[in-house]
Amino acid sequence: MANTVDSNEIINDFATKEYEHGFVTDIEMDIAPPGLSEDTIRFISAKKEEPEWLLEWRLKGYRAFLKQDLPEWQNFKLPPIDFQGISYYAAPKNKKKYNSLDEVDPELLATFEKLGIPLNEQKVLAGVAVDAVFDSISVATTYKEKLKELGIIFCSFGEAVQEYPELVKKYLGTVVPHSDNIFAALNTAAFSDGSFVYIPKGVRCPMELSTYFRINTQGTGQFERTLIIADEGSYVSYLEGCTAPMRDENQLHAAVVELIALDNAEIKYSTVQNWYPGDKEGKGGVYNFVTKRGACRGANSKISWTQVETGSSITWKYPSVILQGDNSVGEFYSVAVTRNKQIADTGTKMYHLGRNTKSRIISKGISAGHSNNSYRGLVHVGAKADNARNFTQCDSLLIGSECGAHTFPYIETKNNTAMVEHEATTSKIGEDQIFYLNQRGIDSEKAVALIVNGYAKEVLNQLPMEFAVEAQKLLSITLEGSVG
Amino acid sequence: MLSIKNLHADVEDKKILKGIDLEVKAGEVHAIMGPNGSGKSTLSSVLAGRENYVVTEGEVQFEGKDLLDMAPEVRAREGLFLAFQYPVEIPGVSNINFLRTALNEIREYRGLPALEAKEFLKLTKEKQKLVEFDAKLINRSLNEGFSGGEKKRNEILQLAMLEPKLSILDETDSGLDIDALRIVSNGVNKLRSENNAFVIITHYQRLLEYIVPDYVHVLYDGRIVKSGTKELALELEERGYDWLKETYPVTENAR
Ligand SMILES: Nc1ncnc2c1ncn2[C@@H]1O[C@H](COP(=O)(O)OP(=O)(O)OP(=O)(O)O)[C@@H](O)[C@H]1O
Ligand SMILES: [Mg+2]
Repeated sequence: MANTVDSNEIINDFATKEYEHGFVTDIEMDIAPPGLSEDTIRFISAKKEEPEWLLEWRLKGYRAFLKQDLPEWQNFKLPPIDFQGISYYAAPKNKKKYNSLDEVDPELLATFEKLGIPLNEQKVLAGVAVDAVFDSISVATTYKEKLKELGIIFCSFGEAVQEYPELVKKYLGTVVPHSDNIFAALNTAAFSDGSFVYIPKGVRCPMELSTYFRINTQGTGQFERTLIIADEGSYVSYLEGCTAPMRDENQLHAAVVELIALDNAEIKYSTVQNWYPGDKEGKGGVYNFVTKRGACRGANSKISWTQVETGSSITWKYPSVILQGDNSVGEFYSVAVTRNKQIADTGTKMYHLGRNTKSRIISKGISAGHSNNSYRGLVHVGAKADNARNFTQCDSLLIGSECGAHTFPYIETKNNTAMVEHEATTSKIGEDQIFYLNQRGIDSEKAVALIVNGYAKEVLNQLPMEFAVEAQKLLSITLEGSVG
Repeated sequence: MLSIKNLHADVEDKKILKGIDLEVKAGEVHAIMGPNGSGKSTLSSVLAGRENYVVTEGEVQFEGKDLLDMAPEVRAREGLFLAFQYPVEIPGVSNINFLRTALNEIREYRGLPALEAKEFLKLTKEKQKLVEFDAKLINRSLNEGFSGGEKKRNEILQLAMLEPKLSILDETDSGLDIDALRIVSNGVNKLRSENNAFVIITHYQRLLEYIVPDYVHVLYDGRIVKSGTKELALELEERGYDWLKETYPVTENAR
């Protein structure tokens, strides 16, 4: 995608110093009492009028969750998490199912408007269909009818369970098993809502599909689940965005995303993650522990992850691709920005199982303040994966001298025809670079924004046009006050 | 336009500038020459406001305002331009995007609207021609992998684009081939006007044949030890600096 987004516009838009999505919407909510037990799970399942098999699956997840401990391999200290202190269900009280936008609480619509996500179809970004998830509940999905004409299903997860149970049952948990890791198991047990996408054979989805996640209620976690299936020869580009109010406590976000690409299908999944990062001292903020994985099940299929990670106090995610089909392609493009006391530990896993599979990893870490930014990645080449190819480029950019950047690349090859390339660089924004830009009339913050956006360009260019500008702005705003 | 009075400056507790006086009026071209390490680049850094260069005494007025009181970017927006002796490389930032950002920042400061993409491109083309700047370089990352001469010519392109009141050229001629020297000089001559001024730091009389200065100063050991007209440059070319060094023994450096 070639797009020449104009950095000037972006850096002119240095609006707010603080996290700008930190407001709270005052709305009546249905909230489950804190704590997780089989009863809570039955309660959630019943609220959602789920079929028996799904309840059973949730309970399997719950049991797997109980058996697992928090991971200890990370290079930072994970604060204890009180899983029993979280409420696992919160939904706007008004009405649990909206038949049309007219029925949605105006407060809610206003919230999304304020976030720049108008749900009114006339105002929606042209060419983008949006599913908005507020706490646990999908609020509105736009352009649904139009997509339906093409046979495309784009709806909330809950709705998919009701309307397309066979599809859900066939694919759910086939990429991320219920016991995959403690957070995925927790999600399996308690997932609230999320998005479901099915693109039928040979259909090229004509618009960007997008989900917007918003945590609002205090003391809740968000556990959404996304399932995207691209049938043979189809194509879809999907984008998720997220924000949360400023809270002193830490909020847990443990999502699961599963992508399935069949023969000759392509899925492009982009994330702009801007959860509340906590304050300067590291108080509050979202724990972003998500499991994202795609399976290139068919021959010649392709899955591409692009992420811009600027928020959350701790980010822990490794969008991965299982390259099963012959000639399948996996891509991972990432920009992760940390400042203050944020921690990001992110990267990808590429499992080459089929023949002639290719993967490409471009990771750009930017650390400022006292933050810590790690790339952690695995390239696995199985015994049958003849002629597998991987290229990895891992760059770290440091702003100031108190921050940390680390790379943990793991390579496992069981096939000697594999070619795995890894390149890594670490650079620092030099005072002489800033001064040079200053001398041309550009102040230090804009200078940093210019350098950072230039540095991240290769990844930002992967984003759908409509969001590339947003992402650039976000990078600039995120790094405000990081110099000087 | 520029009035420097008794300027003293330190770098890392080392006295470098030891009392500089210099008056530059609109329409004038001043050349500063002097041996390596005498403080020429230090003077330009101090004027541009580089960090770690501490002014210990003296004052500098620029268009009637206290220059030393301004942040570096404000000095630039007020119309002070420094063509660096060693331009830095900034990977990832395209030359054209950088130029546009700089130009619009300066325009905004002067109360002018940002240039539309079309106008901007037109202006760039015009200036590119004026300084015969290779069009291929305009879309590349700022100075990244540019040859020494290309970097210098890029400085002059920026100068042409930003139209400063006072331009300081720090050894812009070093590293230029003979043709480039002529092209760059022609460019500067075309940019010269009644309203702007140039301070040209150079080691070579040759540049001054192209850009004829009104005054020539010799900077030695942090002071201007001799000023004259363009004939002084010729004399220096013939005699070197030794005769001046004998007249002005080095002063104590440590504080
Ligand atoms: N950042 C610095 N740290 C320490 N010493 C410095 C620094 N900058 C300049 N100096 C010293 O100040 C003196 C003057 O340097 P300056 O670069 O101004 O000389 P110059 O006249 O421009 O020389 P040249 O003709 O070689 O470019 C030199 O002795 C140099 O080593
Ligand atoms: Mg010098």
